[in-house]
Amino acid sequence: MKKRRLVMRTTILVILAAAVAYTLYANLTKDNRMKVEVGKKAPDFVLVDMEGEKHKLSDYKGQGVFLNFWGTWCKPCEAEMPYINNQYNHYKDKGVQVLAVNVSESELAVNRFAERKGLDFPIVIDTDSQVQAAYGIDPLPATFLIDKDGKVVKYHTGTLTESTVREFMEKIKP
Amino acid sequence: MKDVKCECGHVNPHGTVLCEACGKVFDEQSKDKSLLDMRYEGSARRSQTYNKTIVDKIWNFFSSVKVGVWLIIVTLIASAAGTILPQEMYIPPTMPAEEYYEDQYGWFGKLYYELGFNNLYSSWWYLVLIAMIGISLVICSLDRVVPLYKALKAQRVTRHEGFLKRQRLFGTSGNVDVQDIATVKQRLKTKRYHVREENGDLLAEKGRFSRWGPYVNHVGLIIFLIGGMLRFVPGMYIDKVLWLREGETKVVPETDGQYYVTNEKFILENYDKDKDKTFEAAIDRAGMVVKNYQTNAVLYKRVGPAIPGEKPELEKVKEHKIKVNQPLKFEKFALYQVDYKLDELNTMSFSLTNKASGETFGDIKINLYDPKPKYDLGNGYHVEVLSFFPDFEFAKNGEPTTKSRIPNNPAFVFKMTSPEVPDGETSFVAIQQTIEPLGDNQYKMAFKGIETKNVTALTVRKDLTLWIIILGGIIFMIGVIQGAYWNHRRIWVQNKNGEIWVAAHTNKNWYGLKREIESVLSETKINIPADQIQNEKVDKEGI
Repeated sequence: MKKRRLVMRTTILVILAAAVAYTLYANLTKDNRMKVEVGKKAPDFVLVDMEGEKHKLSDYKGQGVFLNFWGTWCKPCEAEMPYINNQYNHYKDKGVQVLAVNVSESELAVNRFAERKGLDFPIVIDTDSQVQAAYGIDPLPATFLIDKDGKVVKYHTGTLTESTVREFMEKIKP
Repeated sequence: MKDVKCECGHVNPHGTVLCEACGKVFDEQSKDKSLLDMRYEGSARRSQTYNKTIVDKIWNFFSSVKVGVWLIIVTLIASAAGTILPQEMYIPPTMPAEEYYEDQYGWFGKLYYELGFNNLYSSWWYLVLIAMIGISLVICSLDRVVPLYKALKAQRVTRHEGFLKRQRLFGTSGNVDVQDIATVKQRLKTKRYHVREENGDLLAEKGRFSRWGPYVNHVGLIIFLIGGMLRFVPGMYIDKVLWLREGETKVVPETDGQYYVTNEKFILENYDKDKDKTFEAAIDRAGMVVKNYQTNAVLYKRVGPAIPGEKPELEKVKEHKIKVNQPLKFEKFALYQVDYKLDELNTMSFSLTNKASGETFGDIKINLYDPKPKYDLGNGYHVEVLSFFPDFEFAKNGEPTTKSRIPNNPAFVFKMTSPEVPDGETSFVAIQQTIEPLGDNQYKMAFKGIETKNVTALTVRKDLTLWIIILGGIIFMIGVIQGAYWNHRRIWVQNKNGEIWVAAHTNKNWYGLKREIESVLSETKINIPADQIQNEKVDKEGI
């Protein structure tokens, strides 16, 4: 009798505690629940770069992809661009590709920015925000590291230093 | 701990105040009282009897109604605090929340933000409070409904003298005809009492189900809370805002790129004094009154699978004029009109003008969302856009820069080439501001005009929890009605010491019960039982 009571009470409390714990967990993670999870396959996309060339993510199978989302008005994006450019030139022959996805700005703004900064890597514009939606981008800058099998290895938001960029490239070098 | 065996033979759980079967008083304190506390039928609320393990201690904490009431009070105060300043989701997105609160409300705003009150209703501690109320509700109810049910089920017709004597309505009568008992029984039956008889003793009972009202009500509340909890489960509840310029087509968020929506036109209509004569006085008093917010929307569905970024092939699903409370509905989604922005800059026009003569050499119209790098005006005149800053400001280092990608304050660096100046002249042009960084120019870009577009904001809403919340609400109300409109009435008519004893109890509406007893006992030799509480009062007042 006493034992049954204890079992009953424990069961009920455990169920209630589980419900509460789940609710708290779901609520607290809802803001940073990523659309794209580390360890999962990165969603494929196709965007056209400033030279009119198509870039399809899945075509880069066998290479590491450094996928960066940025905007011309975003100061941290601007700050990390030269580092990415340097490391791009260093790693492009070692199987690491850089794709810089601009978030729906005008071609002119992007071109002028790229000229000013002397950027060599391909820049694509996500005009109708589809790729941003697929990757759940917010805030900028956002960087995804994708390995040679198309899997997301790391997600990073915030400015990168040159050494971090190098470390990241090293990570996805095939 | 041992169970208690009553002299009537019934075995009661430890902690019982009144024998479940015969009503004999066990509790020493109650024995001295002239009236019984009939709450929960004197059953053993188990929380109050076992207090051994940590599980019991937690259980007992939540089983206390006092704790429950305090939780509700604290939650009420917290909820009220959240309404002092607007929550973060309602502040304009013009500046970060941490700056906004201080900027708008000073030190209090800063404190408000630092205490996390800007997102109070989704803060962990607020959710913990709500969850504790839920737990308290479940445990309080369980801890009371089970013993109450057992006690009501175990009650026997024949009751202990001490029980009858200590009922609020109690009376004795000698010399009663046997016939009278039969008459009373018959009358009770016509009054829809459920009458049980045992050795010539009667127990008439009706409306017992009203005792379950509070518990039904609590079940409704718990279902309601579960509905609220399910909102946090991914996919159950979506509430997003989509901003759309006129003419723009965008993917509807959270639809996996399946649906696209176009804003054909956004319309804001005001009441017109001349047309709506009825409202003339009101319009004079209030100024502009909006009659209609409307987005003419077209919904498209993507045909076939497509990779994000690829131009999707779209199939028109439907057109709808989205107005307030008239959403565009598809599948489980609804698009509601929620906000707007009128006259957002869309294009700007300039004329290439000779400063000295005022002669113009053609106009250029710049689409602020897609400016061209070069505008050719013919005859050797052309204008290049060297730089474009949609939301211009000077950075700390003095360089022009842009705050966002929205053309709120566009600025350009133009290079104007003319036959006179084949190498071009550079001019920085912002709204009401022209700088000629490389010396005096012969030509200027004279501002001609702007075109604007309206922007609409639609709420993308999906709510699969609504029916659960409605169900909870309905059950809640059933419980309220059940407990409020019915009373649990019991009348005991019993042979004790050669007399007929009548006692009665109800959980509410004693007046109604007394009237009923009067009518049942009228024209019999049985005395109407007295109201011992009223008598007590009279006694006291008499002294």
